[in-house]
Amino acid sequence: MSASQIIFYIIAAVIIGGGILAVTSRKIFRAAIYLLFSLLGIASLYFYLNYEFIAAVQIVVYVGGIVVLIIFSVFLTHASGDEMQKPVLWRALFSGLAAVFATALTLLYITEHTFIPTANAAVAPSVKNIGLQMLSTTQYGYILPFEVVSMLLLAALVGCIVIAIKIKTKE
Amino acid sequence: MSEIGLTHMLFISTALFFIGVYGFLTRKNMITMLMAIELILNSVNINFVAFNKYLYADKLDGLFFTIFIITIAAAEAAVAIAIIIHLYRSLKSIDVDDADLMKF
Repeated sequence: MSASQIIFYIIAAVIIGGGILAVTSRKIFRAAIYLLFSLLGIASLYFYLNYEFIAAVQIVVYVGGIVVLIIFSVFLTHASGDEMQKPVLWRALFSGLAAVFATALTLLYITEHTFIPTANAAVAPSVKNIGLQMLSTTQYGYILPFEVVSMLLLAALVGCIVIAIKIKTKE
Repeated sequence: MSEIGLTHMLFISTALFFIGVYGFLTRKNMITMLMAIELILNSVNINFVAFNKYLYADKLDGLFFTIFIITIAAAEAAVAIAIIIHLYRSLKSIDVDDADLMKF
């Protein structure tokens, strides 16, 4: 077993273990921290695949943004040491069975299927190539989704302020 | 213990996806349900990156889809948390069973 394989299995264990603990832990703050570890594991998986830019985006947006947002909302809405109530037994049982069997079925199909990689020369996933194609207006350029997503972010920003603002009622 | 390939990545993403589905089905707390959705979206991202790396290394489209999914997930999480905080103010609870104001 080579060092690369050992690193991969460590990363996989961190991702899966963090994910399982994040959905089963009964203390909500701990669940958020386990989610953080799982997301960091996914970022290291991107590093493992030599996609440094995506890994950096993953760390900045998920670990630096979304998890911090989740932790702050936990602070705003919970006494963070409190334990959540246990899930109903039959619901946990049937959800678990559904998840296990669906995983098994999907993995069966994945192992049966033969994937055919392309024969063309690889393009380096460097920041230069990503930026050039993302802002290109020619065919296979991604300028339109880029602009649409910027409008979406603006709408989300305004929407968050409108939803969460506290309206003071005058006496 | 073969060489690490596409199948290994798909194993991780499948397991993570159904862990997220399990969490979404069993949890009743809105914040933890949001966390389960983040896990599902992340497993989709792993799929896109792995297919781009192992099958279509001559293109960059998988990376763009991943970047856009990350952006939309961030927007979605921000809006969801704004809704959750607003709901907490009016109901003093973020349990999905208590949020039945729009029922019927």
